[in-house]
Amino acid sequence: MDPSRKRKIRLVVALSAAVLLATALVVVSFSAGTSQLLPSEALAQKPDDRFELGGTVVDGSLEERGDRLEFEIQDPNGSAQIPVVYSGAVPDPFREGREVLVKGELEEGQFVGNDMTTKCPSKFTAE
Amino acid sequence: MSSADVGTAALVVGFGTALYAVGAGAYSGLTGRREWAVSARRAIYALLGLLVLAMVLLEAAYIRSDFSFELVAQNSSTDTPTFYKLTAMWSSQAGSLLLWVFLLALFSSAVLFLTRRRLRDITPYATAVLGGVAAFFLFLMLFYASPFATLANAPAEGNGLNPLLRHPAMMFHPPMLYTGYVGFTIPFAFAVGALLKRHTGPEWIRATRRFALVAWTFLGFGILLGSLWSYSELGWGGYWAWDPVENASLMPWLTGTAFIHSIMVQEKRGMLRIWNTSLIVATFMLALLGTFLVRSGILDSIHAFGESTLGKPFLVFIACALVASVALVVSRRNDLRSEARVDALLSREVFFLLNNLVLILICVVIFWGTFFPLISEALTGTEESVGPPFFNGIIAPIALVLVALSALGPLLTWRRNTWKSLRRAFVVPLVVGVAACAALAVFTTAADSLPALAMFSLAAFVLAVVLQELTRGMRARRTMTGESPPIALSRLVGRNRRRYGGYIVHVGIAVLLLGVAGSSSFHDQKDVRLAPGETVKIKDYEVTYREPTVAIEDDRSGTGAPLSFGAVLDVRKGDEHFTMRPARNYYPSQDGRMGPVGRFFGGEATSEVDLRWGLKQDLWLAIQPDLRKLKGPIRRGNDLPERFAGQAIVAVARSYVDDPPPAAFRAIVSPLVVWIWLGGGIVMAGALLALWPSPEARRRRVTSLYAARLGRELSRA
Repeated sequence: MDPSRKRKIRLVVALSAAVLLATALVVVSFSAGTSQLLPSEALAQKPDDRFELGGTVVDGSLEERGDRLEFEIQDPNGSAQIPVVYSGAVPDPFREGREVLVKGELEEGQFVGNDMTTKCPSKFTAE
Repeated sequence: MSSADVGTAALVVGFGTALYAVGAGAYSGLTGRREWAVSARRAIYALLGLLVLAMVLLEAAYIRSDFSFELVAQNSSTDTPTFYKLTAMWSSQAGSLLLWVFLLALFSSAVLFLTRRRLRDITPYATAVLGGVAAFFLFLMLFYASPFATLANAPAEGNGLNPLLRHPAMMFHPPMLYTGYVGFTIPFAFAVGALLKRHTGPEWIRATRRFALVAWTFLGFGILLGSLWSYSELGWGGYWAWDPVENASLMPWLTGTAFIHSIMVQEKRGMLRIWNTSLIVATFMLALLGTFLVRSGILDSIHAFGESTLGKPFLVFIACALVASVALVVSRRNDLRSEARVDALLSREVFFLLNNLVLILICVVIFWGTFFPLISEALTGTEESVGPPFFNGIIAPIALVLVALSALGPLLTWRRNTWKSLRRAFVVPLVVGVAACAALAVFTTAADSLPALAMFSLAAFVLAVVLQELTRGMRARRTMTGESPPIALSRLVGRNRRRYGGYIVHVGIAVLLLGVAGSSSFHDQKDVRLAPGETVKIKDYEVTYREPTVAIEDDRSGTGAPLSFGAVLDVRKGDEHFTMRPARNYYPSQDGRMGPVGRFFGGEATSEVDLRWGLKQDLWLAIQPDLRKLKGPIRRGNDLPERFAGQAIVAVARSYVDDPPPAAFRAIVSPLVVWIWLGGGIVMAGALLALWPSPEARRRRVTSLYAARLGRELSRA
């Protein structure tokens, strides 16, 4: 085989491998992804599956009941809010007024969650 | 004039100096006038001096708790322990920028000093690039986040350092990461210089190879320290969460790993030039991106980005640097042609290329996953995120391939291999690997997780390869010199430090990934609520909550927490018997509404994990005390006159111990975690060995200097 043809074949093989991998990545990530919604978006869309509810923990809404936490999450601008029943590990920085991201699903107007990420206001405080 | 004014002045003059270095370096590069290059170099030295001054001033303000400095008031306080006063600087936006540019000036000065008599064509432009990056960071500090901002009314007390950051690893983790990020700026600057001058041979690589390796080592060590911190300080018990900021630090490390491999191909065979320059450009951009991500607030992360104003200028800088670098590489593509072609597929260069592709593939997956919220929002309108299962599922198999390649690479020679030589090289390691696999499958439970079993076997394979290489080299040396085995071995390694250092790094990475595979595949976790006297069983441990503890102004770990509630637990494992003492530290809140007593119980709290290390497995315990019963006593304490607050706090705290409610515990048994840290240690040792100049190289340098001088004198005569 002459070298230029060989190189062309190699290029085609490499490119198709790259395209294949890229498609796989796109498909896998979209099927594995969970959406992140603000309370206002969650109320509007009413998703059936698990999603991540993000927002601010409403001041004064936090109550501990046995192993569960109950609190409300609202949009950062305060427009909409959803009550949350949470059971699971509570990260250290969790507190009223903090921004959190809770994974779970909507059940009859309540958000039932069992996994939480907090955005702690620590590392680089707002200027 | 206050010391803050002096600091600001140092930054202003530093900004001017950096810009001067850009101008002088570029002018020298264009005209070839040496004196301007010398002047630009000295400007970088001067910049280092100014930044040392600024660092000293700021640290001094932290030590004497000068709250007229905004930064000091924000994240330090008089009751912060001195050690953490010193580290508080880089937990702030502005302070960490100062650390970044200080390290940059330090590295730039070092590389320019070392190359002052070499690479005279490339250094002027490289100086200009280094000055330009420094100028950008100084610009940010001067116009967006000044470390020397002052408060007109200095508060009497500062906010204190965030409790989560009070861990010894936090002293070293950020500076190490930054050293890594900054270190990659050096080869990047020289690559740009080489491209501009169209001198794209291996010279710039030889001059900056060590810096790339130093950067790689520090970045890796920094990432590892961050994991250690996460595992032993954060109350969740993991060491890696695929958090955006973690990913951001891993990406440049991966491309940097690819770079330090592929430059060997360019040095030995003159190939992969476009690839190498592209890799170093990518690494530098990813390092900038890493620095940027922590400050931008564009991705959700536990790493807390308060929204900040730095995002925009940073993004503009990254975009400009990226466009300029890509344009430069494209415009020089003709100068970057390979000198040689691939002779055979079974050759070391091909396997290096494969290893590069695998590393880049991992990097692309991580990049995609990290930015998936932005990508999905742009494509579908809703923000979606992918979690650890996505990353683990894709990256685990690729990592297996990577470890296999790291074992194969050293066995192949450059250019081409014969089947006979391959058989000779592979038989023993392959047998060892298969034997290890069989033994593990028969005698242990490793076969329950196939990826883990594969990783264990591959680690055995890598170890066998390296041991075989060492014994072969030693034998060959002994036949030639007749030395005794230990001397032959140490001389062999000493004379080929780069090579054997690299092999040791391979062993370290295999050991590290063995730890990762073991701990992620065979991890046991229990979240339970226990009253004193109750017992929980986890794997072969029986953990009994003996009694609650309280420490008032007596925090064991020295973080300065006034209150700490914990527990003493008796652990029994067969005949073995020991106690563990996890605790939770409470830091006073600044919120006045909680009352003088209540604020000591309602503030930030952090887990003080107790860990029982073991070569086979770790037992990890954290406690979350239930303080709800203290509400009544706290309210009564708040109603007392303020001067009794101290006694009231003690009384409230004691009441918890006297009548303890059940507390929530998290117990984790994680096998082989220790091997992650041990593997990291092996990697560091190997990297240091590779970095250490060999005696012969030193001798060569002296001889070549002598030869050059002789040549000059002869030509004069």
